[in-house]
Amino acid sequence: MLLINCPYCGEREQEEFSCGGEAHIVRPKNPPELSDDQWADYLFLRQNIKGLQYERWNHSFGCRQWFNVARNTATDEILAIYPIGTKPPKIDSNDPITPCGEPQIGSGNFSTSKK
Amino acid sequence: MIKKPKKYSVFSLVRNALSYHENWQPAWRNPEIKKNYDAIIVGGGGHGLTTAYYLAKNHGVRNIAVVEKGWIGGGNTGRNTTIIRSNYLWDQSAALYEHALKLWEGMSQELNYNVMFSQRGVMNVAHNLHDVRELKRRWNANRLNDIDCDWLNTEQVKKFCPVINTSQNIRYPVLGATLQRRAGTARHDAVAWGYARGADAMGVDIIQNCEVTAINVNNGNVTGIETTKGTINSKKIGVVSAGHSSVIAKMAGIKLPLESRPLQALVSEPVKPVIDTVVMSNTIHAYVSQSDKGELVIGAGTDGYNSYTQRGGFNIVEDTIMAIVELFPIFSRMKMLRHWGGIVDICPDASPIISKTHINGLYFNCGWGTGGFKATPGSGWVFAHTIANDQPHKLNAPFSINRFSSGELVDEHGAAAVAH
Repeated sequence: MLLINCPYCGEREQEEFSCGGEAHIVRPKNPPELSDDQWADYLFLRQNIKGLQYERWNHSFGCRQWFNVARNTATDEILAIYPIGTKPPKIDSNDPITPCGEPQIGSGNFSTSKK
Repeated sequence: MIKKPKKYSVFSLVRNALSYHENWQPAWRNPEIKKNYDAIIVGGGGHGLTTAYYLAKNHGVRNIAVVEKGWIGGGNTGRNTTIIRSNYLWDQSAALYEHALKLWEGMSQELNYNVMFSQRGVMNVAHNLHDVRELKRRWNANRLNDIDCDWLNTEQVKKFCPVINTSQNIRYPVLGATLQRRAGTARHDAVAWGYARGADAMGVDIIQNCEVTAINVNNGNVTGIETTKGTINSKKIGVVSAGHSSVIAKMAGIKLPLESRPLQALVSEPVKPVIDTVVMSNTIHAYVSQSDKGELVIGAGTDGYNSYTQRGGFNIVEDTIMAIVELFPIFSRMKMLRHWGGIVDICPDASPIISKTHINGLYFNCGWGTGGFKATPGSGWVFAHTIANDQPHKLNAPFSINRFSSGELVDEHGAAAVAH
């Protein structure tokens, strides 16, 4: 289980939070002019990154505030927490060396050799 | 020249027993990688191997490589809870999963490999009025699609599965259930091994411990892949890489509507036969069956966030166990023996993508989410057709990636046996 450091309440278990998915997806400014493919991109297509991902979280069973989290999805390490509406911080996230490969720590997956 | 594997039979068993089982030949070769193939399948799980098998068998394409990052049977094929059923709500899904179920029924004979397919029935339990209405709707939809399904009331549920708690005083009492009698379970890794052996016998090269690092595209046509074992060329590449589909797609500049999440399962210590069917409950999120070894096989849920770590939150396991113990008080003192996670790729409409892409020769079979095992043979069947003919089979035409632009989604969230 993840421990998430809510900027308003401090460190709590992940069970208290809800993940709001990929962050920094901007709602299109000109909806009537959008093509079907552009709508699909906004509504459905996601980066689904293995490695550093910027995402939104809500402390739904706490202060109910939204905030952004930078997390390595290959290790579940939480690397930064920053306010909604600010730019994502630049972080060296120790991503897997090969795209599908496993990181040095914490993947729980030993089906491939660690690079 | 491919050496045909020896047929398994009672005679081969006796013959090998006499030589202390020291002379069994490997079920598939460990081949040299060729420079060029007619088709490459990325991902040696059940779906990838069935794709290769049916490409060779139904379409005569035999110069195929199946490239697998780990080992055969080590991914989600060996991590699921082995449930097979076809009682889906929508016509499109019902047709696809029913096609798969029919292939399951003849699989052991076809492959000459015992996949231990056991049609022990799958019960989907209702706990409130909404469940009853929803499951009865599904029951009727199944009957209209010629899929066997019965409705059981509480007494009939108790009779069919005596260990279930039908007390009406629990928080979520059993009000009834649908029962698909042709549904059941199978030995999951035997499915991978059986198809690997069958494909190998037709000349398919199964390459293990070989990770794809790039997809080569030239002028909108796919030309091959880069792997940790070098470049392999082919004009047709089928990607069947489950949880890592988005990662592979990114290599070709494609964005998919997928979210990869850990899905957990656990098994108990082995006990004598106690439950001879599969019980699933959407409302309280529990599903359980008993393996031939005697372990209870229990499926938990997905985590609420994306992750590629093959483990999930402990709270998810706790929720499932609470539900199981309420529904089956007899299990309350059993010890759980093993527990693991697998990465599943979930589509927004909980239906798979079996589709061409805008790159010629590049095909994706992904998005099976939490319920791909049951579809293993059917998925390979239609994906092989899609790759061989460069157009979808009529069963997978509704599962094109274009549905996210057209809006023609196949929303199976409600009809999935348990919500994830």
